[in-house]
Amino acid sequence: MSAETIEKVIDVKPAEGLISKRRRKLVTDPLIDENPITIQVLGICSALAVTTQMKPTLVMSISVIFVIVLSNVVISLMRNTIPSRVRIIVQLAVVATLVTLVSELLKAFSYDMYKELSVFIGLIITNCIVMGRLEAFAMGNKPYDSMLDGLGSALGYSWIILTVAFFRELFGSGAVFGIPVYSYVSGIFGDDFKLANNGLMVTPVGAFIILGLIVWVQRSKTGYVEH
Amino acid sequence: MGIRSIFIDNMIFAYFLGMCSFLAVSKKVTTAIGLGAAVIFVLSITTPVNWLLNEFVLKEGGLTWISASFTTIDLSFLRFIMFIAIIAGIVQLVEMVVEKFAPALYGQLGIFLPLIAVNCAILGGSLFMAQRDYTLAESAVYGFGSGTGFLLAIVALAAIREKLKYSHVPNGLKGLGITMLLTGLMGIAFMSFMGIDL
Repeated sequence: MSAETIEKVIDVKPAEGLISKRRRKLVTDPLIDENPITIQVLGICSALAVTTQMKPTLVMSISVIFVIVLSNVVISLMRNTIPSRVRIIVQLAVVATLVTLVSELLKAFSYDMYKELSVFIGLIITNCIVMGRLEAFAMGNKPYDSMLDGLGSALGYSWIILTVAFFRELFGSGAVFGIPVYSYVSGIFGDDFKLANNGLMVTPVGAFIILGLIVWVQRSKTGYVEH
Repeated sequence: MGIRSIFIDNMIFAYFLGMCSFLAVSKKVTTAIGLGAAVIFVLSITTPVNWLLNEFVLKEGGLTWISASFTTIDLSFLRFIMFIAIIAGIVQLVEMVVEKFAPALYGQLGIFLPLIAVNCAILGGSLFMAQRDYTLAESAVYGFGSGTGFLLAIVALAAIREKLKYSHVPNGLKGLGITMLLTGLMGIAFMSFMGIDL
């Protein structure tokens, strides 16, 4: 074992910079080409539930970024000591601990948000993106690389759910981040020009349809075809 | 209550829970039925068990039955870890029991059981149960009902997707895109139950 580690240390080229090309790829790939939601189809559960408004979605994104990055680092640090038979349980325990941290922090500093997100913070534990990245990347890579990989996936997830939330809030309640855009618009053009809220967008149905359309637009851009 | 959790509070269409496996395993009706049955099975066991855990261990004052001095202890911050541990444990246990006593059933459900430990619907069921203060009987019915709702949704979607194979779908929309739109349309159908007051 010790001989192996020494060999590995010699193998590593010390020249690799802190943000080398390969590492930049780790972060940028999941944004478009390997997007966890639209290409890999992971973590849809929570992606849709919280996206009726921008603000809770932003909080959700930050929580997910926090959990993925930290759990990736922790698992990557422990990767050589985890027996492969119990690795799922170990991963779940690490993720659950981090999620508990997030939820306690939210409860302490922003109780309204905690109430609004309710069980969906807890459901980050079973978010397939987290487990997927741990299984696929953190178990076999160094902490710093795992951190970047987690960051990339989390950002890819975040921008999709923020886009969904933007359209749902705009069409559903006529606002962006709680700022009533619709009433400004009708203020400028006078009372003849009224925009009505589309109630369907607030319901789950709106989320499915918006996400379906985003997937369509993105896949026709990248030319990815599922068989 | 049971009917409510099947149709009105449907796991998929109202709360988006269990979407990952819902999308991944809904390509064929037979596998969809297998997964659905496994979800019903696990949900109806884990929800009441987690209720007991929540009521007698985690809740504020839940430990009073051991000694009166424990009345003020509130362990509810451990909820996530305990629930997920229980779920993972029960799934493992169910897998072993089914393998031992019903090998035929194991052949059908076997591959789905490990998947279920990380299914949001299972954890979500337990968390909703804790949040809404159900009683033991209610949580058992709720677990079974929402499992049935999941089965219904996934089998319906799988049936539509089987037919969809023979139609022309635009390239970018193939797979996930069209499935999301379909789920949306099915959601509209399920919305018609919302007005019903039971």
